[in-house]
Amino acid sequence: MDASAAPTAIQVRDLVVGFGQRTVLDHLSLDVHRGEILGLVGASGGGKSVLLRTIIGLIPKREGSIKIMGMELDQAMLQGTQAIGRRWGILFQQGALFSSLTARQNVQFPMRENLGISESLLDELATAKLEMVGLSRDDGDKFPSELSGGMTKRVALARALALDPEIVFLDEPTSGLDPISAGDFDALIRTLHQTLGLTVFMVTHDLDSLHTVCDRVAALADGKIVAVGPMTNLLASTHPWVKSYFHGDRARVRAPSAN
Amino acid sequence: MSGGPLFSFAISGERVEFVATGPWIAAHAEALELLVSDVTSKAPAARSAAVNLSGIEQLDTLGAWLLERVIRVCKERGQETVVVGLSPRFCSLFDTVHELNRDPPASHAKPNRLIAVLEGVGRATADLRVDLLAFLDMFGAISMAILRVLSRPRSFRLTSAVHHLYRVGWQAVPIIALITFLIGGIIAQQGIFHFRKFGADAYVVDMVGILVLREIGVLIVSIMVAGRSGSAYTAELGSMKMREEIDALRTMGFDPVEVLILPRVLALIIALPILAFLGSMAALYGGGLVAWLYGGMSPDIFLARLREAISVTHFEVGMIKAPFMALVIGIVACSEGLRVKGSAESLGLQTTTSVVKSIFLVIVLDGVFAIFFASIGM
Ligand SMILES: Nc1ncnc2c1ncn2[C@@H]1O[C@H](COP(=O)(O)OP(=O)(O)OP(=O)(O)O)[C@@H](O)[C@H]1O
Ligand SMILES: [Mg+2]
Repeated sequence: MDASAAPTAIQVRDLVVGFGQRTVLDHLSLDVHRGEILGLVGASGGGKSVLLRTIIGLIPKREGSIKIMGMELDQAMLQGTQAIGRRWGILFQQGALFSSLTARQNVQFPMRENLGISESLLDELATAKLEMVGLSRDDGDKFPSELSGGMTKRVALARALALDPEIVFLDEPTSGLDPISAGDFDALIRTLHQTLGLTVFMVTHDLDSLHTVCDRVAALADGKIVAVGPMTNLLASTHPWVKSYFHGDRARVRAPSAN
Repeated sequence: MSGGPLFSFAISGERVEFVATGPWIAAHAEALELLVSDVTSKAPAARSAAVNLSGIEQLDTLGAWLLERVIRVCKERGQETVVVGLSPRFCSLFDTVHELNRDPPASHAKPNRLIAVLEGVGRATADLRVDLLAFLDMFGAISMAILRVLSRPRSFRLTSAVHHLYRVGWQAVPIIALITFLIGGIIAQQGIFHFRKFGADAYVVDMVGILVLREIGVLIVSIMVAGRSGSAYTAELGSMKMREEIDALRTMGFDPVEVLILPRVLALIIALPILAFLGSMAALYGGGLVAWLYGGMSPDIFLARLREAISVTHFEVGMIKAPFMALVIGIVACSEGLRVKGSAESLGLQTTTSVVKSIFLVIVLDGVFAIFFASIGM
């Protein structure tokens, strides 16, 4: 809660993660500053989701250290995941909504477990959160199987924001959305970031998102962060993979309009 | 500087002023809710109200919403309400929250208790019809698939059928043999124990032989198969349904009944008679062993008596039933699997329903067969 204590929200040092024989992340280091939106790009299957899942403690690491808000992750996990779970919110790549709860109950779930507030306030807050992410009150009564892809992402975001966390992790929030919805979603993340002062760690392939919402962008290639900085720095990077990512055919179309 | 959040009011003339200070964040949710409802209910009616937020140190959606609640309550009371001293860094959050939750909640009228019970009964009755139709539908679909396969034998999924035969047949042998063996032993033990009082222990062989071959063998095996393989079928098909795999199959021009269900049901129809046969043998073996060890009847005598007591008819009666049991289990398991909806809960529900329903139908069918065989004198 003490905002001045750690200027970096997430600090990753020399992280090594692998499955069996295969090393996915190889001595990776990365800092996420407080109150910024950091975008992470990388090849499909390059280990972005693995990095995210390691930072939130779902995948064990082999070496290295991870600090979240100045707290060593291993220690935080030992003290119980619930304490740290209140301070971050996660939007999984597939939404990961609880299929037997309605959208509203999904949003209420972490609040009900953690806050100890009355049922009527829970209802009001859940509706407020759903409206914040652009859903209507009636959508709250739908079950996950009745939601469209974009609505699923919105509900998942509302659930990630349920406890007003300090950090939100977003795994490809705009993939699978039409460009207009994706744009809306970007604007939404930007607004929430401004109003709530969030730190956002966002995995994305969406070049528009990178240009419009991210304060800084980190590029993951060969298990390492090969470039990090504001978008302009990345566009100027000489790393071959970063170059082909941002100056490939698909990127070139929008590059001139970027600035 | 930081302690818990505070909320209080002061009256100056016609105006009531609420003062909020401290951290208004989710970490203090419980205390905050109490504070707010306490203070707003105690505050007296006044011409106008002011909400002073200059002492707020931290604010998040929960805190902002609670403050918004206070403002709305004041406005509802007809008081002119102003917000003072809001720090600029909280402005946008406060404005956002101000727009939320504007529609009144849809009123869910609570239904009358009695009517709800009656409605439940009515729905259950109507569901019975739906269940029956689903059963017949699946039966029809399987029959059609069989006809289609007969006209084009190449389209039969032999590999899949063999795979399922391995799973529901071969892999089930040990547990089925063990359980029927034990049940045969228990029947023999009980028979010997009670018949001995009349000096009729020899007749235990008749009882074990006839009971096992006609009824118990096939019934126990069917119930076991319903619990073991029927539930697996339902869960497999249900999770495929959930992940749209069945829709994908259909759009590629395959008939899910032909690809997924027919091999499963056929495997069951082949496996169950074999399992029932093995089960009956294991039960007779168990009975014989107990008769020898507990009743002192030597295996030779047991076999000789058994040969007198039973005829091929008893064996036939048991075996004829087996494929029908398998068909019922297969149809129920598959049709329940296809009725799974999007949620994990419905998968669990349909799996339970599948097992309960197929065991029930197996027992009913056994009763029907008993009447049938009695009336044709078998
Ligand atoms: N649980 C796991 N077991 C084994 N290998 C895994 C596991 N999870 C991920 N991997 C492997 O790690 C690599 C990185 O996967 P990851 O999901 O992080 O990719 P990604 O960068 O998120 O890709 P995408 O952009 O497609 O989501 C892949 O090669 C994947 O096969
Ligand atoms: Mg991924």
